[in-house]
Amino acid sequence: MEREDFPGEETPLEYQTETGEYNIFGFWMFLGAEIVLFSTLFGTYFVLIYRTASSIPPTEVFSMGLVLVMTFTLLTSSFTSGLAIHEMRLGNVTRMLIWIGITLVLGLGFLGMEIYEFVEYASEGATLATSAYWSSFFLLLGTHGLHVAMGVAWFIIILIQIKMRGLTPATANKTFIASLYWHFLDVIWIFIFTGVYLLRLVIA
Amino acid sequence: MNLDWDEFIVTGEPFIHAGQISILLTTLGIIFVLTYFKKWKWLWKEWVTSVDHRKIGIMYIIASVLMLIRAGVDAMMMRTQLAVPEMPFLGEAQHYNEIFTTHGTIMIIFVATPFLIGLMNVATPLQIGARDVAFPFLNNLSFWTFFWGAMLFNISFVIGGAPDAGWSAYMPLASNDLSPGPGQNFYLLGLQITGIGTLATGINFVVTILKMRAKGMTLMRMPMFTWTTLITSLIIIGAFPILTVALAMQTFDRLWDTAFFTLQDGGMPMMWVNLFWLWGHPEVYIVILPAFGIFSEIITTFARKRLFGYTSMVFAIAAISGLSFLVWVHHFFTMGAGPMVNSFFSISTMAIAIPTGVKIFNWLATLHRGRIQFSVPMVWALGFIPNFTIGGVTGVMLAMAAADYQYHNTYFLVSHFHYVLIAGTIFACFAGTIYWWPKMFGLKLNARLGHWMFWLFMIGFNVCFFPQYFLGLDGMPRRIYTYFPEDGWFGLNFISTVGAFMMGIAFVIFVYNIYYSYRYQPRETTGDPWGGRGRTLEWATSSAVPPHYNFAKIPEVKGQDAFWQMKQDGIDPNEIVEYQDIHMPNNTGNPFIMCVFMFIGGFGLVFHWWPIAIIGAIGIFICMIQRSFSRDNGHIVSAEEVRKEEEGIREGQAHENG
Ligand code: HEM
Ligand SMILES: [Cu+2]
Repeated sequence: MEREDFPGEETPLEYQTETGEYNIFGFWMFLGAEIVLFSTLFGTYFVLIYRTASSIPPTEVFSMGLVLVMTFTLLTSSFTSGLAIHEMRLGNVTRMLIWIGITLVLGLGFLGMEIYEFVEYASEGATLATSAYWSSFFLLLGTHGLHVAMGVAWFIIILIQIKMRGLTPATANKTFIASLYWHFLDVIWIFIFTGVYLLRLVIA
Repeated sequence: MNLDWDEFIVTGEPFIHAGQISILLTTLGIIFVLTYFKKWKWLWKEWVTSVDHRKIGIMYIIASVLMLIRAGVDAMMMRTQLAVPEMPFLGEAQHYNEIFTTHGTIMIIFVATPFLIGLMNVATPLQIGARDVAFPFLNNLSFWTFFWGAMLFNISFVIGGAPDAGWSAYMPLASNDLSPGPGQNFYLLGLQITGIGTLATGINFVVTILKMRAKGMTLMRMPMFTWTTLITSLIIIGAFPILTVALAMQTFDRLWDTAFFTLQDGGMPMMWVNLFWLWGHPEVYIVILPAFGIFSEIITTFARKRLFGYTSMVFAIAAISGLSFLVWVHHFFTMGAGPMVNSFFSISTMAIAIPTGVKIFNWLATLHRGRIQFSVPMVWALGFIPNFTIGGVTGVMLAMAAADYQYHNTYFLVSHFHYVLIAGTIFACFAGTIYWWPKMFGLKLNARLGHWMFWLFMIGFNVCFFPQYFLGLDGMPRRIYTYFPEDGWFGLNFISTVGAFMMGIAFVIFVYNIYYSYRYQPRETTGDPWGGRGRTLEWATSSAVPPHYNFAKIPEVKGQDAFWQMKQDGIDPNEIVEYQDIHMPNNTGNPFIMCVFMFIGGFGLVFHWWPIAIIGAIGIFICMIQRSFSRDNGHIVSAEEVRKEEEGIREGQAHENG
């Protein structure tokens, strides 16, 4: 729609171009699709939750300590990415970059732990092909992990672009969207944490 | 996968050899023609890399028509095989299985869906007074994912072997045990690649419609086709991720021995069936709602009346879209879910008949006392109403769970879904293409040939599919490749085959009409070619073929049927006092290259050739990174240029009229 008052004085940078506005709105739509995607994965996970066949049950391999650390790492990274956007709104490029950097480190840390976790499970005899339960477990967590990896790559690309081009409506827009994505992954993880790990403690 | 070379290239069947030879010859022919006429650069610059919604729409339509021919030939072959008892034509059951699988898959995924998306691309931005879609780059990407996904699916015919587990690919039928070889992998990866693009289209059109409407075009003033595009796009966003996951899981089962759907190790084949139809049922509304939109446009135009019950129409499509997610179990009542579940889904299915009935009523009321002109698009729309109703009524019959035990998986079902899909979607594709042809190509298709095609197709369609209801009631199962004289199915089957060939001939007339019209039909210059009956904004641009920026000046909308209103008020939308600069996106080759890599990656996965798969993946990432770093901000069409172009068009009109 054509708007006469566009862009307004107090419009944040990432919303200042029409493209920027469309991108953000479109990204929300994309997140809608992502919600359906993860819902389907959760759905299958719950359908197959008792179907370990005669393979190793999850209670024997889950290491809650590690999972807790992972959870804190990811939650913190969501917070730091929020701080990055806060600094972006204030126009403090350096601080913003630092917060993005910290987010990245935390994200990589999370990924490292997840890979370690997967390798560990595999060595105890739980792999993608072990049983229906484990297939759905690895697909759900793997999809989330893959998303995190994409998010990390994306933040790196954005970091380079801000270094090269400074904070423009375009780069601000990308950063904002990437941070939306990052928060979304955090929310999904909370569901994984409760629906996959904590639930196991209850229903063992 | 260890394949010998003689297994890699499919051999043995004369049909397949004929297919291989014709593919080779066509490819060589295309290369020759393009080289001879020095058209490579033109093709790349004007089409392949185009981000113009109208050109992308045209490419969608052309590719879908090609796919329609392929799947249509499959249909002819099946009907020939079934024409008489114990027919030796296709040789063996396996071959028949492959043909109904590719026929069904291609018709739904690579014909119906992209054809309608093509029409959405052509018409929707124009209807809302926008210059393009919200994400032109993504739009180009969507098209190429469809194209290369379709190619990946189609080469299974000559390389490696075609899938044979039906378009619904039930497990364990589609597992490695029962579908060995790469055929099913082609299905999985071809659909996966295409699905990405469909999802992107959904997002693109939601944003386009919600954010880019011309001034004054409130939601409740949007043309009906735009409404259906919007709702369809929302269904796409809600349904396609389910397919993505389901396909991924089956791919994993086949490639990496996971156990989602394989009974040993605890998997559940029924989960596939549920997920498939949880996507699959909404998918049939993805291909029917835009068709409803097209017919609404055509009926109002040629009845010269406002759409009766516009608001109830909008609520009806919204209701249908919601219900479409609640009925999926009607596809497998007989699989033993129990009476409570079956009753719920039986009732929810029948509930869809209510909003659909509202729509039929509204169309009839619009026609009532209208000044009807029997143009070619209009006869398609009129033909649609009774035929679709037959399909709908038999659908309600199928929705009765108890009765469904009788006709489930018989020809009754085959007839039902062809009545809704052909009379709904395919009629609409033809009607919409003919209706908007002048907007795409600047001329009208010949009407006499158009009427010939319509009658031949409509009659052929009924001759083909009506007998199948009785075959079904008589117990003829679907997906059988032959039967015996004692079965007593010969007469009706033979009639059915005759009808199929009538439709085939009708299609040939359509193709001939395209050629004929290009040669002999007068060029269209007014921009409002259907006798000045145009009601919506696409008829308000300056010329028959709108310039790439669509509107020199964005029109202002004063009511429903915006252009009609302008005509009533004596406003000429093309009278422009002051021209302005227009910002437009640049063409880009990135999506095409990215999709070629998707094709390569998919091909590698089909044959478990990991290095090739990895090359594909790397290529995709490089394209994404290139895109992220590119600083393409489009270009400005200067006011001066716009003025020149518009004046040129006006001069052409004056020339033509005087
Ligand atoms: C143009 C004329 C057409 C003819 C003569 C035709 C004929 C057939 C035949 C003979 C079958 C196989 C039935 C069986 O053995 O079970 C079939 C299946 C099917 N057709 Fe068509 N068809 C036509 C058009 C279409 C269109 C336009 C669509 C969709 C838009 C479509 C969708 C399907 C589907 C989904 C199946 C089921 C395939 C399966 O069983 O896996 N057909 N058709
Ligand atoms: Cu259904």
